[in-house]
Parts: sequence; structure tokens; C-alpha cells
Amino acid sequence: MDVVINGEHKQISGGTLLDVLQELELDPRAVVVEHNRKIVRRPALNEVRVASGDAIEVVHFVGGG
Amino acid sequence: MTTAVETLRDEPLTIGGRTFQSRLMVGTGKYPDMETMTRAIEASGADVVTVAVRRVNLDRSKESSVLHYLDPKRIFLLANTAGCYTAEDAIRYARLAREAGFNDFVKLEVIGDEETLLPDVQGLLEAAKVLVKEGFKVLAYTNEDLVTALRLEDAGCAAVMPLASPIGSGLGLLNPFSVRTIKRRLRVPVIVDAGVGTASDACVTMEQGVDGILMNTAIAAAQDPVAMAHAMRLATIAGRAAFLAGRMPRREVAMPSSPTKGMLD
Repeated sequence: MDVVINGEHKQISGGTLLDVLQELELDPRAVVVEHNRKIVRRPALNEVRVASGDAIEVVHFVGGG
Repeated sequence: MTTAVETLRDEPLTIGGRTFQSRLMVGTGKYPDMETMTRAIEASGADVVTVAVRRVNLDRSKESSVLHYLDPKRIFLLANTAGCYTAEDAIRYARLAREAGFNDFVKLEVIGDEETLLPDVQGLLEAAKVLVKEGFKVLAYTNEDLVTALRLEDAGCAAVMPLASPIGSGLGLLNPFSVRTIKRRLRVPVIVDAGVGTASDACVTMEQGVDGILMNTAIAAAQDPVAMAHAMRLATIAGRAAFLAGRMPRREVAMPSSPTKGMLD
């Protein structure tokens, strides 16, 4: 299915947000996920299913002042 | 190193119920490499270290976040909302940062102008009110404007962070009078954030009596960031010690230091 992750169109197999992170080889403990503008807490990542057209943001901490 | 500061009684810096050892806080941006950054943080003696929230780069997902190089057990991570131009965006970034699970502190920035990166005080107040209501400990980056600082304190901010001069400018403390006035009038800690260029700037800033200072570029963009971090640590201690010691009064005419009596005929 086609979703938008961090502003880019991506083809993914679907499933839960945890499945999406695994597909992208991202460590769920090291990132924070927003699903259609709503923050999804880590324990709920395997409960929220993605649908075609969803907007997902995956963020982490980088250097900053 | 022994300094006279040990002979002076000083309260530790407490913000939002947390006590910190160092009055110098440092950023983690713009370092030439991560090893230099970690060594500079160590040399600065800072226990509060700022970080930014950004998208993970999906093409280089193995690229680790800055957390790979920082130990959250030893340092206190202070997330910022740098790059946000609206209250809505700043609130969004703050919520994301808190979800990372380290603490509920945020260095709130709402920028109003791209060239100067000066704050949008209206957006700042709006965001501060929302975040305080949500339980955040808000450290608000602001102008050196007393009335805005008072409004931020009234809004429940844990600390107010007036600038010394624009972010990344290295121009030093442009308005010591205003910063001193803010410090005199506020009850919450006043941390000067942004604009320091070199150690003397940090020292002069601390001499105004503010509770602390936050800097990034002055260290990261120095020729030798680790050596500059060390200098900043000493300057922050020196400035604080001088403030506590109380400077001599300024006078417009000279006064001899040596006796005027006992001179030869």
C-alpha cells in the first residue's frame, strides 16, 4: 500500500505501525511516531494499523542548540 | 582546579524542581564530528544538553541519533523546538520530544523572523500557556524584553531565557541593562540563551547575576571546540563568582592604589 512517511511516498506491506518500523529497519525504542498527526505511544505501536494514504512521521533527536 | 568560588556560598541552580550542578548549558549542533562534540560537552562540565527533534533519514536509517553519543543517565536532555515558526508547530515538536521519554522539560522557541531568528513573542506566549497546561516545564527562549519575560513567568514557565544577541551571531551580550532588569524582576531562573561568542562574553553575562547561560555555536564553531568548552566552563564560574563577590563601584576619575603619603621630597 502507498503511505507518506516523513513526507515521502512509500510502498509498504501494511500491518501495524510496528510492522512499518520493522520494514524500514527502525528501532522503535529510538524513535517517536506520529500517525495522521497523532502521536502513537510506543506500547500502542503494535495496535495501530496503517491504511493506504496515511501520513506517518518518524522522528528522533539530532544535534541542536 | 581550585577557584575562589569554593569560598563563596552559592545556591545550586534549580529549574522546575530539578537541581543542576553546572550553570553552563550547551547545545549539540554544528560540531565537526560526534567525538569532538562528546569531548566538548565533557570539557564544558555542563549537565544540561540541548537536542532538536527532526525526521529520521529513511535512506540512512542506520545513521544513529545524537543519543548514540550522549548518556541520558549522566546528562539531562533538554529538547528544543528550534525551527518552529508557529505556536502550533512548537507545541507539536514539544509533544514529540516528551514522547521520547526522558523528561517533560522543553526549551521553547517560536521564531518570528528568518534573518535574525528573533522570537515571535505572541506565538511564544500562546505555546507556553498550552504546554504549561499540559504539564511541561517550559524554558522559554525570548527577547531581552522585560514585559515579555514577566508574561512568560505569569504563564507558568519554569525559566525564562533572554538572548544575549541573535542565535549563532557571536555578538555577545548586547543589552546587559535589560538582562539585569529581567533578572531583578523575575522569580523564576533566568538563563541567557544565544549570542555568546567567546569566554569574556560568558563571563560578562554571568556577572549580570543571571542564573545560567546556554550556548552552542560559540563552542561548536570555535577553532578548537574542546578547548573553548573548557574556557567557557571557567568563564561561567568566574562570572558567577565575580557577581557573588560584588564588583567595586565604577568611578569617572582615578584613585591611587598606593599611599599618597610618605612620598620623598
